[in-house]
Amino acid sequence: MRGGSKFALWTAALAAAAIGLPAALGLMLAAGLGPEEQETLRRIVSARAPMLAFVAVILVLACGGVVAWLFREYVGALRGLTEQTQVLLGVNDELRVRTEGAREVAELAAVINRLGEAQRRLRRDFEARAQEARARLEEERNRLAALMSELAEGVLVCNTDGRILLYNEQARALFAAAGEAAGGGLVGLGRSMFALLDRDQIAHALEKLQHSLAGGGAPPSTRLVAPSPSGRLLRIDAAPFLNAEGGMAGLVLTLADVTGLLDREAQHLSLLQTLAAGVRAPVANLRAAAENLAAFPDMDAGRRGRFVQIIAAESQTLSGAIDIALREYADALKASIALEDMRAVDLVRVARRRIAASLGIAAEEGDLDDGLWLRVDSFAFVQALAFLAARLRDEHGVRRLELSVRPAGRFAHLDLAWRGASVTPEALPAWESEPMRVGSEQTPLTLRDVLERHGGEVWLEREGAAQGAGARLRFLMPAGEPVAAVPRPGRAVESRPEYYDFDLFAHSGAARELQERSLSELSYTVFDTETTGLEPSAGDEIISIGAVRIVNGRLLKNEVFEQLVDPRRPLDPQSARVHGIEPRALAGQPPIEAVLPAFHRFCEETVLVAHNAAFDMRFFELKQAAAGVRFTQPVLDTLLLSAVLHPSLEDHKLEAIAQRLGVRVIGRHTALGDALLAGEIFLRLVALLAQRGVTTLRQALEASRDTYYARLHY
Amino acid sequence: MAKKVLIADDEPNIVTALEFLLQKSGYEVLVAQNGEEALRQVEAFAPDLVLLDVMMPRISGYEVCQRMRERGDWRHIKIVMLSAKGREAEVSKGLSVGADLYVTKPFSNTELVARIDGLLRGPEPPGGA
Repeated sequence: MRGGSKFALWTAALAAAAIGLPAALGLMLAAGLGPEEQETLRRIVSARAPMLAFVAVILVLACGGVVAWLFREYVGALRGLTEQTQVLLGVNDELRVRTEGAREVAELAAVINRLGEAQRRLRRDFEARAQEARARLEEERNRLAALMSELAEGVLVCNTDGRILLYNEQARALFAAAGEAAGGGLVGLGRSMFALLDRDQIAHALEKLQHSLAGGGAPPSTRLVAPSPSGRLLRIDAAPFLNAEGGMAGLVLTLADVTGLLDREAQHLSLLQTLAAGVRAPVANLRAAAENLAAFPDMDAGRRGRFVQIIAAESQTLSGAIDIALREYADALKASIALEDMRAVDLVRVARRRIAASLGIAAEEGDLDDGLWLRVDSFAFVQALAFLAARLRDEHGVRRLELSVRPAGRFAHLDLAWRGASVTPEALPAWESEPMRVGSEQTPLTLRDVLERHGGEVWLEREGAAQGAGARLRFLMPAGEPVAAVPRPGRAVESRPEYYDFDLFAHSGAARELQERSLSELSYTVFDTETTGLEPSAGDEIISIGAVRIVNGRLLKNEVFEQLVDPRRPLDPQSARVHGIEPRALAGQPPIEAVLPAFHRFCEETVLVAHNAAFDMRFFELKQAAAGVRFTQPVLDTLLLSAVLHPSLEDHKLEAIAQRLGVRVIGRHTALGDALLAGEIFLRLVALLAQRGVTTLRQALEASRDTYYARLHY
Repeated sequence: MAKKVLIADDEPNIVTALEFLLQKSGYEVLVAQNGEEALRQVEAFAPDLVLLDVMMPRISGYEVCQRMRERGDWRHIKIVMLSAKGREAEVSKGLSVGADLYVTKPFSNTELVARIDGLLRGPEPPGGA
């Protein structure tokens, strides 16, 4: 230890001076004496040798005492003061330095504290002003975050290196792997797009966009369809994100799940193919037989009978093929892209409003079946209803209508009913074939077109022919499937979700050697585990892993990993007192072999950080072979880093460090709670390390290795 | 006395075939080439059954059917609709406007005759189907 050798050196020097000076003086005096006097002196000295030796020892001890006192009161006290002052200066100006040293040192401490107080006041003042300026920016950002989370589509923004700068919850849900052991997911700030989508596809999109950007003209965009990890098909629209110079800074990707749509398209195509294939052969046979009959009217009766049989058989086959195709076509039509499932009640309300607004006719609600759904192109169908209402008003003076809906097998009856005016059966066919006009709005579509599109029908029903009796137009429309309301992703209440980080635009992925990269720009996964006990080699097991990501110097509280693990062994009731996990909570949780790969994916391309990391890593080492993963990334330990910074302070427990650095301690002793705490501490340690000139990962790792604690093994 | 069947269809090829088929099956056959003519023929000859094509010019089979059903004295006349369309909604519409049977083209001759026979035998009292 540096302090120890210094202490020994000073003591030796002082003792040497105290003993050596009188001795040298004596020797000089003795040299001036005659031989007899010298002999006498030697006798006198040797007779008193024990006493002289005793005096020498006393002198050495006295020197040691003086040096020790000086060291404690001045040197040690100043060293302690320096460490505390560095904390005060660096991360926690609430801290007041204390010393047990001499009065002069105590006075210095008092001055430092006054300085600290002055700095604290300055900082407060500065922060208040900065806060004010930030509040406006924050508001803008909140608006962006809110907007993003309300979008139905998933949105991802990445830079040209494929690093994710912004995403919304919908995007994360679309890329969630089916049945993943933990909610980590692959979408996160600073994570690579290439883990989500095929590299070639993204590169192709980038190239295409860059090409059309160079060509000028309208802002380009491109579309691709790619599979998601859970096997869904995603339609991805990519548009460039431009920088100030007009160059491409990144991509904006909007994502939609089109699995269903593509299925329908495939269904239509296969229907056409089946029909073509099924019809070709029988038609060929029919034609051959018929042409023979026509060409050779005098053929013998046996041959003639044979051909006639062929015609009968082939016609039957053809009829069958057409029947099947039409049935399938009807089903395919119902799945048409333009049609959506809609609650019948809602459709009626929309139609009533539309009729009232554009025609001034009261349309009342009749009998409505609450649970009934329709499969409709709601815009076109409401327009058809309004069109018919307009015709009824203009040609027959109808002023009051009633709309009702009832189920009818695979269809629904939607009735547009009125009383009084008698409408002749000829009127409807005319209406069906004219382009629909409502007020000043006109479309080229006819009512017939709308019905064909739905596979629906309409007819007139009259209650007797008498004048003034009721009548109605009855629509037969395909019934739909109820659509479950999409659950909104739960939102973190306490803070704004951190789904974006545009500063990452500046980050270049051009890989500098990881070890030489600055601590402040690296991405980290700060994690903690809870275990059944302290001895991994004696069969203790992990029961919980919690982790949080740090990207670009920010702790991303929305990008966390939290998973309980079934230890497959009984829990020691004593350990439950530490982590508070009931054995019941672990039943049915995935085993470590399933959780470790998920965690491995979560911490991909990041540096691992943990408090007393050696302990956790020892557990991982024992399990990683069985889990089929290896944790090869660098590991930093907050315990060691704290010891690097404060070698003369004893206590490097998480809570003590937190207190020292002014980090508020909440939610301790869950894996995630401790990981969050360690994360905040780590960020402050990085700031302090920078003051000491420890700025790169290599320097941090080397400094950790050199500290005393690094020699402890679990 | 042979029962009377009116065939209303604007396609001569199918009319020829149907006329031949029904005569062979022992019916007296009348022919109309459009909806208006069909209604006139019904008025004039009071057939027992009308074979009605849906897609006819001027007045469609649906309308002929509806108008026939509005006449109380024609209630007993059976109506069989013939159509090249076969969508579920169209069949449903045909039956809703008063047809007794909806047959889609192409159809089997023997099956059509069997069903017409069945309709004209009617619900045989007592207890017949």
